[in-house]
Amino acid sequence: MSFDNAYEAIAETHPEGDARWAFGTGFDDPLSGVDTTVPAGVDTADLAAYCLMLGDDALILSQRLTEWVTCAHELEDEVALANIALDLLGQARMLLSRAGSVEGLDRDEDALAYFRSEPEFRNVRLVELPGGDFGRTIAALLVLSTWRLALLNRLVTSADPVLSAIAAKAVKEVTYHREYAARWAVRLGDGTDYSAERLRSGFADVLPLVDELFTGHAVERRLVAAGVAVDSTELREEFDDVLARVAEQALLRLPEVNRVGSVGGLAGRDGVHTEHFGYLLAEMQSLARADPEATW
Amino acid sequence: MVTRTERDRTVAAEVAESVTDPELPMLTLADLGVLREVTVTDTGGVVVTITPTYSGCPALTEMRTDLHRGLTEAGYTDVRIRTELSPPWSSSWITERGRRKLAEHGIHPPDERSNAPAARDTGGGPVPLTLEPPRREIRCPRCDSNATERTSEFSATACKALYRCLDCREPFEYFKEI
Repeated sequence: MSFDNAYEAIAETHPEGDARWAFGTGFDDPLSGVDTTVPAGVDTADLAAYCLMLGDDALILSQRLTEWVTCAHELEDEVALANIALDLLGQARMLLSRAGSVEGLDRDEDALAYFRSEPEFRNVRLVELPGGDFGRTIAALLVLSTWRLALLNRLVTSADPVLSAIAAKAVKEVTYHREYAARWAVRLGDGTDYSAERLRSGFADVLPLVDELFTGHAVERRLVAAGVAVDSTELREEFDDVLARVAEQALLRLPEVNRVGSVGGLAGRDGVHTEHFGYLLAEMQSLARADPEATW
Repeated sequence: MVTRTERDRTVAAEVAESVTDPELPMLTLADLGVLREVTVTDTGGVVVTITPTYSGCPALTEMRTDLHRGLTEAGYTDVRIRTELSPPWSSSWITERGRRKLAEHGIHPPDERSNAPAARDTGGGPVPLTLEPPRREIRCPRCDSNATERTSEFSATACKALYRCLDCREPFEYFKEI
């Protein structure tokens, strides 16, 4: 079949017509058909907030990793970073859908991703750090995936069957993410003086924000008592152990850094973010906000 | 005696099982192990249950669309496609026929005895960290050489890794264990 111009080819009606798009051309609900009943005794506002915390971590890191597409140093790594971003986006979609369905405010995953403003996001701040520096990307990916893997591995036994099912899938994916980041950390650290310095400088940017992962937010504490959430204060030992082993293999002395604390007791989980976050959201949300009816 | 519902179910299952994966068209959804169940209701409606391979697998929407279309074309008017997340899909659910067809098309099937940490059941304990490439028994799908090398743990899709053969020098894909 030939066309006089490319636009005609795009505009051509598909021979199978609308039957091809039984569910429309927009995103369909990633939890379609999954039993989304909330277990008895679980506060729905808390459960929604917790799903947003874990979903927003994945969504924002996914957005940062996607920035490497078309400009990574090697095609293989561009593909790897895009695949990791895609896994995280898939996890974010399920978690945001879960949050939307339990909060009862008639917000779907798209409404939550594209139409919340900065203070409504619940991600930790370290995923907001600017991309564009591979050392920093690897440091952030290693830190977040090490923490997330330890968390998901425990979340598999959550009293919430949806969180448990999402975790059981995600734990396998994040295993591959952590391996990718860890092997690159070793390759950079045990590479040239220059590559080692770039990795060290990446960790110097990320490590100040690490404590936030282990503070145990009030929402989390209440859900731990209900058997739904994982107590993040218990993840520190496994996290420190993995980072120490990677650092040893990478011949890297993790930099001593001044910890960035909370702002009046508030941090990312409370909607207090870094100065980089607004720019990230502007890029991520601009199309959806300019044309709220857009589908893709 | 075969009841009408039972016959309907058999036919619906055959249609659903013949639908192919949009990204691995040499495999049916049944070969891949993502097709979990086909049931027929008393009123003749069909409910198909599928499970995603990876959380972000963009092929899931296509699979649902293809299943819906296949069953509608086969004459079923009430078709529902359910997603089931638990238990999570595992590469060990790829059927023998699926593994054979992958290999015939130059994609190495997963080595379930590999030490890749995602392939192992840790029984609730910490997921082990391995800093070396996973041990896998891999022969080049083109020349059968066992001198192969991993170029990347990720390939054109999240479910595959990229390898190359050191003898015939050709790159090939490997279906990862999860």
